Amino acid sequence: MSTPPPADGDLPGLATSALLRNTRESALKTPGIRWDEADVMSSIDTRKMNMFQSIRDAMSTTLSEDDTAVIFGEDVAFGGVFRCTMGLAEEFGKERVFNTPLTEQGIAGFGIGLAAMGQTAIAEMQFADYIWPAFDQIVNEAAKMRYRSGGQYSAGRLTIRAPSMTVGHGALYHSQSPEGFFMGAAGLKIVVPRGPIQAKGLLLASIRDPNPVIFFEPKILYRSSVEHVPIPSYTLPLSSAEILKPGSDLTILTWGTPLYTMSAGARIELIDLRTILPWDRETVVQSVKKTGRLVIVHEAGKIGGVGSEIASVVTEECFLRLEAPVRRVCGWDAPVPLIYEKFYVPDAVRILDAIVSTLHYLIPSQEFGVVHV
Amino acid sequence: MGLVSVARIASRSARLTRTVVARGLQTTADTTSLHGRAPEDKSEPFTLTLHEDSFHAHRMDAPSLDVEVTKDMLIGLYRDMTTMRRMEMAADALYKAKLIRGFCHLAIGQEAVSVGIESAIAPEDKLITAYRCHPFAVLRGGSIKGVLAELLGRQAGMSNGKGGSMHMFTPTFFGGNGIVGAQVPVGAGIAFAQKYLSKGTTTFALYGDGASNQGQVFEAFNMAKLWDLPVIFVCENNKYGMGTSAERSSSNTEYFKRGDLIPGLQVNAMDIIAAHQAAKFARQWTLDGKGPLLLEFVTYRYGGHSMSDPGTTYRTRDEIQRMRSTQDPIKGLQKYLEDWGVTTEEELKRIDKQAKAEVDQAVAEAKASPEPELKDLWTDIYYKGTEPSYMRGREREEARSFLPTH
Repeated sequence: MSTPPPADGDLPGLATSALLRNTRESALKTPGIRWDEADVMSSIDTRKMNMFQSIRDAMSTTLSEDDTAVIFGEDVAFGGVFRCTMGLAEEFGKERVFNTPLTEQGIAGFGIGLAAMGQTAIAEMQFADYIWPAFDQIVNEAAKMRYRSGGQYSAGRLTIRAPSMTVGHGALYHSQSPEGFFMGAAGLKIVVPRGPIQAKGLLLASIRDPNPVIFFEPKILYRSSVEHVPIPSYTLPLSSAEILKPGSDLTILTWGTPLYTMSAGARIELIDLRTILPWDRETVVQSVKKTGRLVIVHEAGKIGGVGSEIASVVTEECFLRLEAPVRRVCGWDAPVPLIYEKFYVPDAVRILDAIVSTLHYLIPSQEFGVVHV
Repeated sequence: MGLVSVARIASRSARLTRTVVARGLQTTADTTSLHGRAPEDKSEPFTLTLHEDSFHAHRMDAPSLDVEVTKDMLIGLYRDMTTMRRMEMAADALYKAKLIRGFCHLAIGQEAVSVGIESAIAPEDKLITAYRCHPFAVLRGGSIKGVLAELLGRQAGMSNGKGGSMHMFTPTFFGGNGIVGAQVPVGAGIAFAQKYLSKGTTTFALYGDGASNQGQVFEAFNMAKLWDLPVIFVCENNKYGMGTSAERSSSNTEYFKRGDLIPGLQVNAMDIIAAHQAAKFARQWTLDGKGPLLLEFVTYRYGGHSMSDPGTTYRTRDEIQRMRSTQDPIKGLQKYLEDWGVTTEEELKRIDKQAKAEVDQAVAEAKASPEPELKDLWTDIYYKGTEPSYMRGREREEARSFLPTH
């Protein structure tokens, strides 16, 4: 008798992931890290934090260093659904960390007004799934304000945080990944962190960036990803993808939760895109030119997803270097279903299938031994 | 002069359900009275009395009907309203000459709203609106040339020619807006910043009777009242949201009562004196820490909703003609000025000529301004220096020619 497969499927665990930095020494070597204060390297301490704690740490830093900064959203004064703002209202005052009504479009508009007045506005959408009523304000007001005022005003000091991606049982309205819908909103930035160290550095960079940023936090990583996070404030660069593992034969590009579905395979280059808009074309294109093969993985559906745009650009830029068509492994083009959520997200088997078929792909001319030049 | 109450027409359905039939709001432009004589000194204050039906109050006491003015101020109001109308007429002509393309919404007939508010607010107060923003853009520190050049899509435009009709800004004017209703929660955010930074200033957030049914307007009301923000929501009720009359779009056409716990004031905004008094009162209200206030400025637009709307398919020519001839805010003020001996007919004609000359010159200068440079297509999308390196424009691959083969 054979053993049945594990109930959770054949997914590598977060606890043992090599992507997370579990020592002070490795944490301090995070690529691209920029310390706010120079010459302190030797004295930098780290603390073990999960992702909601490191996000809280970043916001606490902002409230300390920037008197104009305020945080608002549904239940944030109580810590928020995912505990990201725990204790901030007590520490910094209820006039700086306050609850709003359930009013997403209003929250976004209100934040844009605040930002236009020069205040640092950090808004929370309780779930990324609730961002749709605010879509107009984000796309029409936040993204366009600088352009339509000839540079006189902007919503650049606005950062909107929102928990996104699947959680295993979130279903239709608590598991979506809406980043693709914002791809056409020039003027906006979209950032997705993969763990505690990244979340702190990228969130601080997003808050300080002079453009409006949507910061989508993969909600399943809030508690499950744990790292040694440096205590002092630092930033990580936006619009900069990170090559997590160099490889020669195939590039896998993803962001957020699916990164942890990737096993360490030989000769495969793994890239965390990190900033979805404007994305790091240079790194991705150079990688595909080297490997000749690209598999894009994201949780959102395939049609109109971020992968569509990236695949197009890679086809344009790397056509003669491609050994196989760009493959996308995505959520199904269906609502996220409660009971089938595990089947909805790209799992190890689907990703492996895409890797194998991409590696084995034969260009027809090669198959028939005829080379057309 | 007619004493027809247009508010009565507009709120027909509301009127039917009222148990006690209230007297309609006056929308006459010339029923303010002066007792005695105006002083010789042009800067010496004297008191006017508004018609008793100039205001309707909800959850509050109406402001005093006695309004303190000076001759200089009245003449200034006349000059501003005349100049703003001239500017809008020039835009109308430029549009019809096909020099202005795209969307263009004119505020002819509604001058007492912009000029009335500007006459009462402090320079450092903030204002945000949506359509029909041209007069506000000028009065809040812009210029006629800047507005007209923006409409023409020229470099001298207030947004460098990249915005157009709804997109003009100054340090105290957060713009028009093409998305009706979107500006209202933004206004609440601006007011929050004023309160947070202890600025001692206020925000006027304007929207129309059409936009009043947008959900986010109510979201903004709620936040403003919840946090007692220094914001004045101004519903410019010109009776028609595009081509739909107020009573066909709104279950409650008494817009000043739609703020729930926010007190409201309905104002005859065809009389510049009433508009001024209401704006002054509202500003003080918010500065006194009483939280937000809702003003309904009952007004009328003479033209269509936009340049492509003749404005006569959903209302009668008679109605428009009656408003123009009997309740025009500029003619009303002109009558005051003459009746009260504030100035002479010759002086007013001189002001008219000046306004025309000023606008004519602005038209000439705006037309002379070049179109934006091509590189400006990509400027001001992201903060200078943070632009992605690949913002897309025309690409080299797109430029080619196909030569005939022989």
